[in-house]
Amino acid sequence: MSIASKTPLTAGTTRLISLSNAMPWAFAALFLLCLPFVFQSSSALTIMNQMAITIVFALSYNMLLGQGGMLSFGHAVYMGLGGFFAMHVMNMVEDGLWLPLPFLPVVGGLFGLVFAFLIGSFSTRRAGTVFAMISLGVGELIAACSVIIVVFFGGEEGISGDRTMGPPVFGYEFLTQQEVYYLTVVWLLVAALLMYLFSRTPIGRIANAVRDNEERAEFVGYSQRNVRWISFCASGFFAGVAGSLFAINFEILTEENLNLATSGSILLVTFIGGAGFFVGPIIGAVVFTLLQTVLGLHTELWALYLGILFVACVMFFPSGFAGLIAMHRRPLALGNLKLLIKPYLKVAVPAITSVLSLAAILEILFHKRHGYGGGHEMHLYGIAFDSGAYQAVGLAGIIAAISLFLVSRVLPEIREAWDSANHAEDRV
Amino acid sequence: MALFLVNVLDGFVTGLLLFMLCSGLTLIFSMMGVLNFAHASFYMLGAYFAYQISLVTGFWAGLLIAPLIVGVIGALIERYGLRRVHKYGHVPELIFTFGLALLIEETVQFFWGKSQLPFSEPAALDFAAFAIAGNAFPAYKVFMIAVAMGIFLTLLYILTKTRIGMTIQAALSYPETVQNLGHNVPLVFMCVFGVGTAMAGLAGVIAGPVLGVFPGMALQLGSIVFVTIVIGGLGSLWGALVASLIIGWLQTFATAYDITAEQVLTAIGFTKPELIWDHPLQDLWTLTLPQLGPILPYLLMIIVLVLRPQGLMGNRES
Repeated sequence: MSIASKTPLTAGTTRLISLSNAMPWAFAALFLLCLPFVFQSSSALTIMNQMAITIVFALSYNMLLGQGGMLSFGHAVYMGLGGFFAMHVMNMVEDGLWLPLPFLPVVGGLFGLVFAFLIGSFSTRRAGTVFAMISLGVGELIAACSVIIVVFFGGEEGISGDRTMGPPVFGYEFLTQQEVYYLTVVWLLVAALLMYLFSRTPIGRIANAVRDNEERAEFVGYSQRNVRWISFCASGFFAGVAGSLFAINFEILTEENLNLATSGSILLVTFIGGAGFFVGPIIGAVVFTLLQTVLGLHTELWALYLGILFVACVMFFPSGFAGLIAMHRRPLALGNLKLLIKPYLKVAVPAITSVLSLAAILEILFHKRHGYGGGHEMHLYGIAFDSGAYQAVGLAGIIAAISLFLVSRVLPEIREAWDSANHAEDRV
Repeated sequence: MALFLVNVLDGFVTGLLLFMLCSGLTLIFSMMGVLNFAHASFYMLGAYFAYQISLVTGFWAGLLIAPLIVGVIGALIERYGLRRVHKYGHVPELIFTFGLALLIEETVQFFWGKSQLPFSEPAALDFAAFAIAGNAFPAYKVFMIAVAMGIFLTLLYILTKTRIGMTIQAALSYPETVQNLGHNVPLVFMCVFGVGTAMAGLAGVIAGPVLGVFPGMALQLGSIVFVTIVIGGLGSLWGALVASLIIGWLQTFATAYDITAEQVLTAIGFTKPELIWDHPLQDLWTLTLPQLGPILPYLLMIIVLVLRPQGLMGNRES
């Protein structure tokens, strides 16, 4: 699943960061710092902040799923608890405690670490199904507690705070969305870099070994439980960091931040992006946030589309988007990528048409069943029509059938092009 | 005492209902090693299908047809979904069933909307079967007990006394040997999956009128079902029965007796602080047993896992 080190025996003995490794990070930093000059609106900044938080959270989740082989259904607990503690500390700052806001995520992270340490002490004994079940049980337990312990969790309305009450940092009080964006982005870069470096350390490598074959790792002399526990604690820390960033951005935390739905969606984000790759969760978080915010504006059915995408991903491309991109490394190395461009363009038009028309069928049926205010007038892709009329569904159905047929016609050509792109000798 | 008896019966109904879900889940688990996260979603589908059918033909046809449809859907999902994912390993399988649960919930909302549906018990069973010191016990609950017991006994008979049951049990432990003896093991797996989901569907049909038919019903019961089979021991049918009954009674008694923490703490000898609303321990003092009810199964699970990781009656740890 993961990108194997080319020289496993010397891993950890060579320098951690070479220049070629550092370049993507420098580009990412530059890119993130320039983004606010392109997208200046407040809503765009909010989406970008949310994206950054989801990336940190998904990367921390992938320390479990992708690097440690632990499937967790309760990871939101550590993000939520970290966030709740950060919010309480933020309120203490308001009452006179001295702590500049940029250091708040450390506090939240430490609380995430403490809880991961405690819960990990019994949940990391086994991987696989048992670990998944315990994580689910603990997740439900904490989510149920949050309604009972009102002093700490604030009951149904949650707890809120004010980030601007701390001591100013170089004159900044984090009043504007932009200042918060830079704070979030710096933390995103720091956290992502630390998590990347963790995966390169000997303990990160052993976590991979335990994931792949726990018995063999035991025979080599590593306690599988301790290895998992350490990964789990590190993951809890970064989840807590993500929770604190959430607290800083939105200034409110509720039960929703630690319930099963949030834990499930981070699994979805990580898996869609590609759990086997370090960049996978980043891609997943970007795609998910865009779907949630942009698609969510246009249709009520976005969660259904997301569910379909997720199930399709598990069935047909289990290494996620990152895996799909990584598949093209071999054609690229052979210099055969140009062979694929034509068939890809050929399939793109009917494929996009079929997706849009299938979505149109769902939208029309949904509108017909749950029409708002009893009216059947509907706007879709800039066309206004009567959703009750059978012509609308029929037309969408015919377009879908034709485009799907065209896709099936192009598929053999793609397969052929793919085969020849992956073979050096075919390049005559 | 009378109230106690009523609660014992109520808890028994809840426990048996849980068991109808857990038995299918635990059979599927011991066969394929995969925990079907979407099991409670089939329970929800059963309730929704029965509602839709009952609009046309009444309750009884729904009771028969809905579980069949659910079972067929389950078998098809095993054949064309799960078997495909199987080659990637157990964790992707679990993720697949999790995705399925999400998808089924969204699909149900697509067709039936987000609000609760008016699905009620049949008029033929809408009377009090008997009364215990003035507390009426509805005939519908007697019917629920009868259906659940009937299913359990049939399952027990099939699994232990018939040839099909022998094949299933053998396929659980030695799938390759059974395959070599000429049995179609993948077909057996598909049928067990279908029957397990059909049982979940049946549980949904009979629970629908009591617990309500709404899109959250799978989530509400889903985690409890997992907790139950973990407590009982993964793969153990008897463990699932014992754990279901324990959890059924635990939840019923917790909601029935309004014991507050204040009574307990005062009885031990603490005094209640005057200004309770500003006190840091206010939640401890205002805590009641019905509030604690929903978290008791999870607490029990953690205690069992720490003290006895294989579960009450399980004999293997993973």
